[in-house]
Amino acid sequence: MGDLGWIFISTLLINNFVLAYFLGLCPFLGVSNKLEVSFRLGLATIFVMVVTALCAWILNTYVLIYAPYLRLISFIVVIASVVQLIEMVIKKLSPTLFRALGIFLPLITTNCAILGLAIFATNKGYGLWEGLVYALGAGMGFTLAIVLMAGIRQEVEGANEMPRLIRGFAFNLIISGILSMAFMGFAGLFSSS
Amino acid sequence: MTQKDPKLLIQPGPQLRQQMTTPVVMRDVWYALTPATLAGIWFFGLGALLVLLTCIAGAVLTEWYFAPEEKRGYYIGDGSAILTGWLLGLTLPPALPLWMAFIGGVVAVGIGKTIWGGMGANIFNPALVGRAFLLATFPIAMTTWTAPGDFFTLSSSLFALPLMQSTVDTVTQASPLGLMKFEQIDTPFVDLLFGNTSGSLGETSGLLLILGGIYLWWRRDLDWRIPVGILGTAIIFSSILFLVDADKYPGPIFTTFAGGMLLGAIFMATDPVTSPLTKKGTWIFAVGIGILVVLIRVFGGFPEGIMYAILLMNAATPLIDSYTQPRVFGRELDSK
Repeated sequence: MGDLGWIFISTLLINNFVLAYFLGLCPFLGVSNKLEVSFRLGLATIFVMVVTALCAWILNTYVLIYAPYLRLISFIVVIASVVQLIEMVIKKLSPTLFRALGIFLPLITTNCAILGLAIFATNKGYGLWEGLVYALGAGMGFTLAIVLMAGIRQEVEGANEMPRLIRGFAFNLIISGILSMAFMGFAGLFSSS
Repeated sequence: MTQKDPKLLIQPGPQLRQQMTTPVVMRDVWYALTPATLAGIWFFGLGALLVLLTCIAGAVLTEWYFAPEEKRGYYIGDGSAILTGWLLGLTLPPALPLWMAFIGGVVAVGIGKTIWGGMGANIFNPALVGRAFLLATFPIAMTTWTAPGDFFTLSSSLFALPLMQSTVDTVTQASPLGLMKFEQIDTPFVDLLFGNTSGSLGETSGLLLILGGIYLWWRRDLDWRIPVGILGTAIIFSSILFLVDADKYPGPIFTTFAGGMLLGAIFMATDPVTSPLTKKGTWIFAVGIGILVVLIRVFGGFPEGIMYAILLMNAATPLIDSYTQPRVFGRELDSK
């Protein structure tokens, strides 16, 4: 199995950003009540992540070698501006999508999963292509997790049979806990071959 | 609203009731599980029986505790809590400390079923939620397999106090799956068929599990598509790998009979609550489990993958259901 393929599978399933690293939990718990919306949010996240990886690589290669102490702040600034850009583009091209995502595009800006991606990719010393594949895997892993979550929540909240005590946020945490246990099964996948 | 001494019984429909109620189905599953369970107890001794009973006790007590007070009799009486504890017990190592088995039963019914709203509302198979919890919490105790041994010998690890280090005095032996994965040693087919190998309590005897499955199919409690789909996919997938490199990968017979494959495919994946409703969805579900099992077993870090495969496909079941809804009768083909 090639290096790039392994990076992809690894971030998609084994080190899933949401279910193994517990990054990006705010959109995971906040926007996962509708399948359609969560899928779109997932797509937006994939896009932002890929762009972030590209920006992080450019910054690392051309700017940060002269000023390594600026890493954290420059990542944050770059990610924030990139997301602002995407927000404007989406607003122009697809008002429906903009309305569907609403508050959550700015939320992605300050999302730990995005910053985490930039920092992980830097720490692991990934090059351009590795970083892009890493971002793609992470974004698709996020989408997979949030879509599974949304499917479960739609079914369960439609039936609305849970005890009143646990309805809402607590219950979402329990669902994600069980999902996370199920994803443990992927631990060590392809590591020996 | 019953009439006293009715000459003409007046009541709303349905007038003819099917015999297939929840308690009846649950009891059918009990009968189907009995031979494999007895075989497990025969091979692993009285300790296995204790583990099993403790799991059932944990499950039933939790169900009783959380049930509405006036409905407790009904909740226990439908037999589903006993079945959950029983299935959980069958997936545990025979010398697991009893307090862990008890916690497993509590988690299985508490987190796996009750908080979802009880019977029929859960997404994940309760027994497997309990097992996944135990495996994540007590990884060493959950992977200490004992060899089949003397019937009356009770392992001291059974009676370990909660949160204390247990002394391991039993004859430990790697399970067939572990042997295959880490040392590439094959286990004779006859042992796998009759169950004289180490492993979880109820998963070792392939023949008796298949008999149980046939009984359930004959009683129409079981959707044949699920076990057939899972086993078929796993056999095809593992045959391809086996043909590629016979030394490295286990063959299809081993894949079918070793570990919890049959127990999971026949008794756990077929849970009507947590499997898809449509025929097409059922096939997708079964094929997904088959692929995931072989993937995790062959390429993953764990020797056994059936539990995770079923849990993952359980998670995908709502999605499968919503995308395989059949066309409403009379609608046009393309309209959606």
